[in-house]
Amino acid sequence: MAVVSIREALNQAMDEEMTRDERVFLMGEEVAQYNGAYKVSQGLLQKFGPRRIIDTPIAEAGFAGVGIGAAMVGLRPIVEFMTWNFSLVAYDQIVNHAAKMLSMSGGHFHVPIVFRGPGGAAHNLGATHSQALESIYAHIPGLKVVMPSNPRDAKGLLKTAIRDDNPIIFIESEVMYGEKGEIPDGEYTIPLGVGEILREGTDVTVVSWSKILQHVTVKAVQRLAEEGISVELIDPRTIKPMDWELIFASVRKTNRLVIVEEGWPFAGVGAQIVDEVQKHCFDDLDAPVERVTQEDVPLPYAHNLEVSSLPNIQRVIRAVRKAMYLD
Amino acid sequence: MRRQLLSQHLVHVLMNNSAIGSAPSKPTRDPGLPPDTLLKWYDEMLLIRRFEEKSAQLYGMGKIGGFCHLYNGQEAVSTGSLGAINPEDYVITAYRDHGLAISKGVDPRAILAELLGKHTGTTKGKGGSMHIFDREKNFLGGHAIVGGHIPIAAGVAFASKYRGEKRVCLCFIGDGATNIGTFHESLNLAALWKLPVIYIIENNKYGMGTAVARASAVEELHQKAAAYDMRNEVVESGYDVLAVHKAVKAAVDHARATYEPSLLEIQTFRYRGHSMSDPVSGHYRTKEEVETQKKLDPLVVFAESLKRDGLASDEYFENAEKRIKAVVDECVEFAENSPEPPADELWKDVYFERGGF
Amino acid sequence: MATKILMPKLSDTMTEGLILKWLKAEGEKVKQGEILVEIESDKADMELEAYDSGLLRKIIVSQGGKAPIGAPIAVIAAADEDISALLTDVPPPGASKPQPATSPAAQAPAPATAPAALSVTPSPVVETGKAKASPLARRLAEENRIDLRRISGSGPQGRVIKRDLEPLISGKVPAAPVSATVPTGETKDVELSLIRKTIARRMQESKQTAPHFYVTMDVDMEPAMAFREQLNAVSAVKLSFTDLLVKACAATLLKHPNVNATYLGDRMRQFGEANIAVAVALEDGLVTPVLRNCERKGLFQINTELRDLVERARNRRLKAEEYQGATFTISNLGMFGVEDFVAIINPPEGAILAVGAILEAPVVRNGQIVVGHHMKMTLSSDHRIIDGAVAARFLQELKATLERPAQLLL
Repeated sequence: MAVVSIREALNQAMDEEMTRDERVFLMGEEVAQYNGAYKVSQGLLQKFGPRRIIDTPIAEAGFAGVGIGAAMVGLRPIVEFMTWNFSLVAYDQIVNHAAKMLSMSGGHFHVPIVFRGPGGAAHNLGATHSQALESIYAHIPGLKVVMPSNPRDAKGLLKTAIRDDNPIIFIESEVMYGEKGEIPDGEYTIPLGVGEILREGTDVTVVSWSKILQHVTVKAVQRLAEEGISVELIDPRTIKPMDWELIFASVRKTNRLVIVEEGWPFAGVGAQIVDEVQKHCFDDLDAPVERVTQEDVPLPYAHNLEVSSLPNIQRVIRAVRKAMYLD
Repeated sequence: MRRQLLSQHLVHVLMNNSAIGSAPSKPTRDPGLPPDTLLKWYDEMLLIRRFEEKSAQLYGMGKIGGFCHLYNGQEAVSTGSLGAINPEDYVITAYRDHGLAISKGVDPRAILAELLGKHTGTTKGKGGSMHIFDREKNFLGGHAIVGGHIPIAAGVAFASKYRGEKRVCLCFIGDGATNIGTFHESLNLAALWKLPVIYIIENNKYGMGTAVARASAVEELHQKAAAYDMRNEVVESGYDVLAVHKAVKAAVDHARATYEPSLLEIQTFRYRGHSMSDPVSGHYRTKEEVETQKKLDPLVVFAESLKRDGLASDEYFENAEKRIKAVVDECVEFAENSPEPPADELWKDVYFERGGF
Repeated sequence: MATKILMPKLSDTMTEGLILKWLKAEGEKVKQGEILVEIESDKADMELEAYDSGLLRKIIVSQGGKAPIGAPIAVIAAADEDISALLTDVPPPGASKPQPATSPAAQAPAPATAPAALSVTPSPVVETGKAKASPLARRLAEENRIDLRRISGSGPQGRVIKRDLEPLISGKVPAAPVSATVPTGETKDVELSLIRKTIARRMQESKQTAPHFYVTMDVDMEPAMAFREQLNAVSAVKLSFTDLLVKACAATLLKHPNVNATYLGDRMRQFGEANIAVAVALEDGLVTPVLRNCERKGLFQINTELRDLVERARNRRLKAEEYQGATFTISNLGMFGVEDFVAIINPPEGAILAVGAILEAPVVRNGQIVVGHHMKMTLSSDHRIIDGAVAARFLQELKATLERPAQLLL
C-alpha cells in the first residue's frame, strides 16, 4: 500500500492507461508544457511526447468536438477541462453530440471519451467558477458521471472510465488534489456504478460524495457518533449509474435517509435519490428524507456568504437529528 | 458588392445560353476522368434529384414527419466533391444530408426507410432525415445542431493523422454556419494542428430565410480562412459538377500531401424551401430569382456537357430516367414494406456495452 | 395513369390546407415538376408541384376551398382516360369538408335521461379519522394488528413513528389513549348508502310495529370456557364462543316454538328449523348472514360455515338467500367490551338475542368467593307472540345449556 495524493493517483491512472493503450491521448488547456493547471498531468509530456499530450487553445467547444470526432473513429481521448465550469461552453458538444451519438446513429458510432477536470467550489472564486454541475450531466441519457472522493477511488475509477466505451463525465475536486490516502499496489480498477459503505450504522443512512463527503459529512458523522447516533455512511462514487441497491438496503435497515451534496437543491442528484427511495422503500421510511444542499443562489464571492451558502457540519448534524426526531 | 459580382457571373453565363456549359462555365474536365465515371456521376445526381422529389411527395402524404431538408439544386456539390475522395475517406455534414449520403454510397433504400421511421432505416428509425449515418461507408452523419459537427470533423481528421493515415475528412457546412463559434474554433484548430480536413461551405445564399449579406460581415465566405492562414478557394459555378470536382480534388491532394486543411466555398442554390415546411420563395427571395437560378440546373448543365463531348445521347438520358425511376420505386417499396422499430428498440444503443472495436 | 392529387402535408403541424390559387386550369397540360397550385398551410404559403405528367382533368377543391391533409384536390390523367372512379368518393367542388359537429346525427337531441343526477351527487364518504403515521409505522401497525388511531404519536404534529410502536410490539406497554390533540372535525352531510337506507327502514318498521320487551339473564361462562379450551386443545379448528352460542340457541329454539316464530296478523308461524342469523358489522352498516338448519349441524360444521359466511359478508359477496330466511338472530358486541345491551328485532323474526362480553366477577363457589367469568344476554321479544314467561323460560334453558356445554356435542 502506497500513500499518494489524488493528483498522483489520477496521474498514475492516465500514465498506466496510455502505456497500456496507444489509442489513449490527453488534450486540454495547459496539460502539456505547463504540466497541467493543477499539475495532474505532470511529467506526461516528457514521457509520451506532444503527439499524445496536447495543449489546446482556449476553445472548449472546439477541442471537446475534436475529442468526440476522434473517439467516433477509434481513438480514446481524455479531454481535460481546466474546470467543469468551462465545460458549459462545450455543453452542446457533450449533450448533443457525445451523449446522443450512439443512439442517434442507431448504433453505428459510439464515443469512448473521458471528459475530466475539477468541479465544485474552491474559495472566493465567485459564481461562475464555483459550480457543482453533476446533476445537469447526470440528467442526460448516454452519459455516465463519476465522482471519486479519495486517491484509491480516483485511480481505480479513472482507469475504468478510460476503458469504458461511453462518454464519461469524471468530476474531481479542485481543493482535494493534494489529499493523500492509501492505494493498492499494482494494477487495479474499480467498477462504475458500485458504491461503498464507508461506515456501518443502524440509526440513519447518509449518502454523500466527493469533497462535501470528506470535508463536511465525514466530520459531522464523527460528531454524531459521539452523541450516540449511529450513521451508515455511503459514498456512491458513481452518480450515474447510481448503486441503488446499496442505498435501498441501507434505508431498509435504518429507516431514515439524509443526502448531503454540494449542488443546488432544485432537480439535484439528491432529489433523484429521494424519488427512487420513496418508490422502492416507502414502507421502510420512518421519517421524511432530509437533504443538505447549497442554497439556491449563485455562490457569492465574500467569504462569509460563501460559507453560509455551502453545506456545513452543523447543517448536516441538524438534518440527521431531524430525521431522527431528536429536534 | 458581392451580389453584383454574382449577378454578373450569372448574366454572363445566361447570355451564352445557346451554349450552356461553355465559357466561362466551361467544365474544365480532368482528362483523367473516364467517361464511365462521368456517366455514373450523372446517374447519381439524377438519383438524388428524383429521390428528393419522392421524399417531398411522401412528406406531403404524411409518411415523413418532422424536419426534412431537401437537396434539389445542390446535386453537383455532393457528386463533384465525393467524386474526389476514396471510400475510406470520411464525410460529415449537417442536416441537409440525403444527397451526400447517396453520393457516399449509403443504400438509398435504407435512407428512405429512415425517413419513414422504419427499423430497416440507416439508424433503425432513431435518427430520421437529419441524422443519416453509415459506419461501413465512413459517412459520419447527418448533424442537426448548426455548427455542432464542425469540430467533430477536425477530430476525425486528427485521428487520421494520429494514426499516420492518409484518409481525409470532408466536412460540409451551410453558409449560415460560418457565423457560429465552433466554425472559427475548428478552423483555428485544424490550421494550427494541420489536420487533413476539407471544410466545404455549400453557399446556397440563404441561412433558412436570411441572406448571406444580412448574416455575415464578410460576404466572400472562403475569405474567413484568411484569419487562420488556411488554404481556401471559391467555386462560383457550383452548378458544374466538374468545377466542383476539380476544386475539391486539389484540396484533397493537398491534404494528403501535407495534412493541411482547406476551406472551400461552393456557390450553389436550393430549389426548395429551407425545410419541407418552408416556402420556396417569399419575403426573403423572389420567385424570379429561383427561376433564374434554375436555368443553371446542375443536371441540365452536365447533360449538355456530356452530349457536347459525345459521351451521351438523348437516348441515354431517357434510359437514365427509367433506370433511376426504378431505383426510387424500389426504395419506396422497400421503405413502405419495412416494419417499424420494435418497442424494445427504445432502450437499445443508449449505452455501448459490447467492448471497443 | 390517372392520379389523384391529395392535399399535401406541408408542415408537421398542418391539419388542413387552403387553396390559394390554381396555376393550371382544368384541361390544361401539366408536366412533372411544374407548379400546380398554391396552398396556404399553417406555416406558410407553399407551392405544390406535379409529381406526374398529364392533363389536369378535374379540380376538386377550387380556389378558396379548404381540404384536410390527404383529401383529393384534383385529378391528373391522360386526355382520354376514364376518371369517374376517382371522383365517386369526392365531396362537391369547392366545399369545405363538412364538420362532424354539424352532421344530422350530432344534432339529434340529447337523450331525456341525461345522467344529471349522477353529476351532482357527491359520492358517499365515510370519514374515519385517519391516523398520521410514517410509512414504516403504518407497515408495523398492519403487521402487528395495532390500531394507529389509538396511538399517540411522538413525531411532528402527532405523527406515529416506529419508536411509538416498539413498546406495543414487544408487549411491554398497553396502547395509550388518543391524546387530546385530535383536530376539530368538519360538519357535513353524507349521502346514505343503500345498505344504510335499508337498515334505517327495517329497524324503524320493527320498532314501530313489533312491541318489544326485554329479558336479561346472567350466564356463568366458566364451564363454556373450559369446554372450548378442551376442544380447541385437540382440534385444528378453533371454536369461538359465537359457535357455542349458535349451537346452544338452535337446541333451545326447537324446544320453544313460540320464540322460533313469526307474527302473521291472524296467526303465527312456528318454524320447524332453527335458521340463525349472526349480525356482522360492516364499515357502513351491518349484515346478517343466515346459518340454516343449525339444529342438524355439529359445532365444527357451524364453525366452518359461519367463518365462510362472515368472511363473505365482510367482502359483500353474500348471495341473497344467504341473508334471508332467518328465524332468529344473535347479535354479539362482546368483543367491544360491552357488558350488556338490548337489540332491535330483525323483522319478521320474533326475537333477537343480544350478547355482551365475558367479564370477570366474584362468584361464590363451594362457599368460597372466587373470581369467575360471566356473560349477560338479553332477549328482545315481539310481545304479539311471545310473553314474558315464555322469554324467561327460553333464556333459562339457554343458560342451562351453556353452563353444561357437554350436551352441545350430542
